[in-house]
Amino acid sequence: MLQDKDRIFTNIYGIADVGLAGARARGDWNGTQEILARGREAIVDAIKRSGLRGRGGAGFGTGMKWSFMPKEVGARPHFLVVNADEGEPGTCKDREILRHEPHKLIEGALIASFAVGAHASYCYVRGEFLREAEALQQAADEARAAGLIGPNACGSGWDFEFHIHLGAGAYICGEESALIESLEGRKGQPRLKPPFPANVGLYGCPTTVNNAESIAVAPTILRRGPEWFSAIGRPNNVGTKLFNISGHVNNPCTVEEEMGIPLKELIETHAGGVRGGWDNLLAVIPGGSSVPLIPKSICDTVRMDFDSLREVKSGLGTGALIVMDKSTDVIRAIARLSRFYKHESCGQCTPCREGTGWLARMMERMARGDASPGEIGVLEQVTRQVEGNTICALADAAAWPVQGLLRHFRPELERRIAEAQARKSGRAA
Amino acid sequence: MSGAPFAFDPENLRRAEAIIVKYPAGRQASAVMPLLDIAQRQGGGWLTQAAMDYIADYLQMPPIRVYEVASFYTMYNLKPVGRHHVQVCTNLPCWLRGSDVVAETCRRTLGIGFGETSADGQFTLSEVECLGACVNAPMMQIDDDYYEDLDPDTTRAVLAVLKQGGKPKTGSQMGRRSCEPKNGLTVLKDTLPKGKKK
Amino acid sequence: MPKLTVNGREIEVPAGHTVLQACEALGVEIPRFCYHERLSIAGNCRMCLVHMEKSPKPIASCAMPAADGMVIRTDTPEIHKTRQGVMELLLINHPLDCPICDQGGECDLQDQALLYGFDRGRYRESRRAVKDKYWGPLIKTVMTRCIHCTRCIRFATEIAGVPDLGATGRGENMEVGMYVEKALNSELSGNLIDLCPVGALTSAPYAFACLSWELRKTESVDVLDAVGSNIRVDSRGPTVLRVLPRLNEDVNEEWISDKTRFACDGLRHRRLDQPWVRRSGKLEPATWPEAFAAVAQRLKSAKPDRVAAIAGDLADAESMFALKTWLATLGSPHLDCRQDGAKLDPACRAGYLFNTTIAGIERADACLLIGTNPRREAPIVNARLRKRWLMGGFAVAMIGEAADLTYRAEHLGPGAAELKAVAEARHPFAKTLAKARAPMLVVGQGPLVRPDGGAVLALARQIAESCGLIKVEGHWNGFNVLHTAAARVAGLDLGFVPGPNGRDAGAIVAGAGEGTIDILFLLGADEIDTGRLGSAFVVYIGHHGDKGAARADVILPGAAYTEKDATYVNTEGRVQRTRRAVFPPGEAREDWAIVRALAEACGVRLPFDRLADVRAQLASANPVFAALDTVQSAPWGAFGAPGEVGAAPFRSPVRDFYRTDAIGRASPTMAECAAVFSGNASGLTGTHG
Repeated sequence: MLQDKDRIFTNIYGIADVGLAGARARGDWNGTQEILARGREAIVDAIKRSGLRGRGGAGFGTGMKWSFMPKEVGARPHFLVVNADEGEPGTCKDREILRHEPHKLIEGALIASFAVGAHASYCYVRGEFLREAEALQQAADEARAAGLIGPNACGSGWDFEFHIHLGAGAYICGEESALIESLEGRKGQPRLKPPFPANVGLYGCPTTVNNAESIAVAPTILRRGPEWFSAIGRPNNVGTKLFNISGHVNNPCTVEEEMGIPLKELIETHAGGVRGGWDNLLAVIPGGSSVPLIPKSICDTVRMDFDSLREVKSGLGTGALIVMDKSTDVIRAIARLSRFYKHESCGQCTPCREGTGWLARMMERMARGDASPGEIGVLEQVTRQVEGNTICALADAAAWPVQGLLRHFRPELERRIAEAQARKSGRAA
Repeated sequence: MSGAPFAFDPENLRRAEAIIVKYPAGRQASAVMPLLDIAQRQGGGWLTQAAMDYIADYLQMPPIRVYEVASFYTMYNLKPVGRHHVQVCTNLPCWLRGSDVVAETCRRTLGIGFGETSADGQFTLSEVECLGACVNAPMMQIDDDYYEDLDPDTTRAVLAVLKQGGKPKTGSQMGRRSCEPKNGLTVLKDTLPKGKKK
Repeated sequence: MPKLTVNGREIEVPAGHTVLQACEALGVEIPRFCYHERLSIAGNCRMCLVHMEKSPKPIASCAMPAADGMVIRTDTPEIHKTRQGVMELLLINHPLDCPICDQGGECDLQDQALLYGFDRGRYRESRRAVKDKYWGPLIKTVMTRCIHCTRCIRFATEIAGVPDLGATGRGENMEVGMYVEKALNSELSGNLIDLCPVGALTSAPYAFACLSWELRKTESVDVLDAVGSNIRVDSRGPTVLRVLPRLNEDVNEEWISDKTRFACDGLRHRRLDQPWVRRSGKLEPATWPEAFAAVAQRLKSAKPDRVAAIAGDLADAESMFALKTWLATLGSPHLDCRQDGAKLDPACRAGYLFNTTIAGIERADACLLIGTNPRREAPIVNARLRKRWLMGGFAVAMIGEAADLTYRAEHLGPGAAELKAVAEARHPFAKTLAKARAPMLVVGQGPLVRPDGGAVLALARQIAESCGLIKVEGHWNGFNVLHTAAARVAGLDLGFVPGPNGRDAGAIVAGAGEGTIDILFLLGADEIDTGRLGSAFVVYIGHHGDKGAARADVILPGAAYTEKDATYVNTEGRVQRTRRAVFPPGEAREDWAIVRALAEACGVRLPFDRLADVRAQLASANPVFAALDTVQSAPWGAFGAPGEVGAAPFRSPVRDFYRTDAIGRASPTMAECAAVFSGNASGLTGTHG
């Protein structure tokens, strides 16, 4: 278990002063100028060595991402875009950063911008987080008044502007190229890749898009050293992580823990355990709605990190655990997620536009048992037709929860169908 | 549909100008989303075609590009809504913790179903997707604020205050601080202000 | 040049080419719906997925740049299965209404479904139904059939320059349309029908007219403007049912204007299908011998100096040549092909051609438009100007009426003052032209038909010469006349202009009015002031009962462009031929043969019996007629008539794009368009008066 001294987000619950004075007391903005003075390469290198992997879901190396930006700033300016378009069901970690640790985010944005050669950054906050955006704006105003951002930020000689851009209700804008489209004033439809944002991003300029949590942890990593960060957790899965524990636990909460913490320990230590006890656990969706669920048998031992969860055919995703106890109608639960993906499909690619609707409707029938047993196979095949064939990963995200259900709860579906048929013939008789 | 003409009032015009300068010159289309939001607020919670056309003209965009945006994002209302927009999350984390009951309580208290507006124009009830407050489930958003950790009683209470023209306490309705475990902190206990133990 | 491997075969493609293009170069067919080589890449239909080595997922070949060392496979069972999967998803919400769909038989979705479709559906849910939209009188929408490829949106936005189409809503509720109900206001809108890979957008006038496999397809050229767009005329029996574009990169690429496409129903209305002779002031049906006799009798008593001929905008080269030959034999110098009175100088070919050529526009880097609205006068030329403008670095300015040309064009002013200022290098745009690598100007017919047209032409020549538009060594001629009449360049090329002491069109009309012209032949000339022809005996040879025929004393029914093999020369000087798709109606005949027979009836045997003879003589009279389908550059020379240019603003001659000629005026579709788009209320009530 992580010790408090190794926690980055020491005001995640907003208990202490959220303002600049409080943030400074917790160490934010301490020596920022010195960090910047190390130079672009040193910063990128340190983040690489820290082993920080993107906290938005895909887990791509943050330092590596920064290193993809052109080394020299040419005719096109560089941009940093902070992705705080938090919308993955189960996930509510960035929200706490925005409202309780905004200075970490702003300081991180300054450092990251400097590291990728950007003088301007846009923080894209989901539109519903109006109060959170207000808190962030207040922090930015404080930082600007104190000379921490703006021209010659922190006395570093680097000019840095921090802008907040509010979304307006579209999960797909969490996908980086859709987010860029949205920032440019269009529908959030993901772009074809290549070209990648590091080459052609916002306004056609080199752009780095990072998750808010990835950005917010950067200053602490640079202050305490990459070795400190990489010593926490397990190889290739290092550092601390914000976890959201929702669903059927006694005390749902958000907590910063070390990567690789056993799932069971995480739930029992911080969330008061599964409602009705561990043995009452049915399954957990361990990384936000997009990753396949894992049944209790796996939950007993699995660790919460990228590689461990991939080994059990799920994923760490955003680090959001959705816990389901034995009272859960797991088919209906997944059907609800299918409905979500149908609602959030941007409509661009055929497989996703048509497939998410098909999946949602089939899952709705499966939940009622209104299907033939053969249709379970059709359901499975449709998830395969949808998966991997689209511009972005939303279609994959729609397919995986259903695949997870079929992998672990297929008999449940068969039973549901059989029961429904029995009821029907009973009525008929 | 209202055919009334639309123009920003002076206050909103100032706001719009302040927003546009956040984006590079010639990239004023980036401001379309915040400007639609301003227009929606000025227009009583929804966007008329006149408002969208006004913004298209203001930002020198083809009107269809504005219609595309306005119809893509769910926070823009293209039909009138009530004075208060009650949006109940029914996505999985909320559903696991009783959003069905919260939704039913809203329906009964307000006398309307999802997608409907009360006869007095006070309330519109909507079902929405995940609002990103999952450890505080079940929850709903009313206008700009979140109401979390709901049960039927607190749901009724929130709506009752609104009905009386009051302003309910926002955030957790069970009294915990943001996303902390309700039974007390498991970490960072030293950060608690003295004498304020939970 | 990246070298890659497709299905085990190596190929090198130009940098910037996509994997799909590389596959095509090898003859490997890739199914696609959203991809179109003239539109931006959308990559949304996902039908073109192929396997790329080292990629865990299949890639969209239409969007993936070909790169060195790529190993592509398009023929694996997995890819076939992937395409089947996409096809099934395309079809789940597509109505199975092929039997009643006008796209049937020429539908990409239908064709691909044969290759990748399942033989039965697994989709048990209810299908999506989308409300049809009103897009105007030309395009019929059945939006439930839409597969959201967004080709139409991209065409409207990129090629047509009318950003009215979009996709509103999202996910499976996304709908293509304009959100606001209105007619799609573009002269190029019909191309959406060709681009739509399914039956969502079909031709409204052609709705339920025919099954595609019942059509006879004839390759031809359009004559309803001076572009000479290459077309395919589709007919069944005696009727032309539709006109489609034919690919010609040098002329119209694969687009045609809405007039070219939709005016064809005018071929079925108000046709002259038998000879008429005016008796006691009233036109009465007659036989060919009776009609010929009436002309012969009148001609016998006329002095050659009192005989004249005017050729109209749709006249073909062969008939003009025949008529010219006859008039020469009679001894009359009074003939003109410039019925609008344009002060074009037949002496210098470069002075009346679009020398830059249409494709050459893409090499230009500055352009001055003088008294022309190319969007109305030649939408295809305008599309090319826009295409060039989209590439960037193309300064466009216009003198004349301000207009939305779908690209940025600086409006310098209304006419004479600005033109002079540029010619005398007093205007900043003169510097822009002079500094350009390949500057061009376009003079429209508007200022040329004025009495001071010769002076306008002279000033334009002065600009061309002083601002470096003529670069002999660089093989660049930036001087361009934009014609509006298909007949005009051929008429000038073959010398259908006044001979020594001959009268031009204006003088011929005036002569008729004052009684010094006794006999006037109108070869499809409808745009002259027929009310001022006095007591002249008017012989009208043509195909429509328009203004000319109404005034005629003898009507000899001719053939429209779809009914004859005939030669036209477009505004660039490109010699092209129409092909007969259907026979002329009733007793109507090909025009050159009518002239020949009439001459014979009048006692003159013209020296040709067959069309080939006419063409041979035409070619020996002017060798340009011998080279088909190409543009021969014309040597620069002197033309124009220096003088004062009046202060009246320049004005485009085309006021109603849809009805510039007898066919357009007879077309119910064009009338509807005029009513909807030009706000021309008289549009629906016919064209007379």
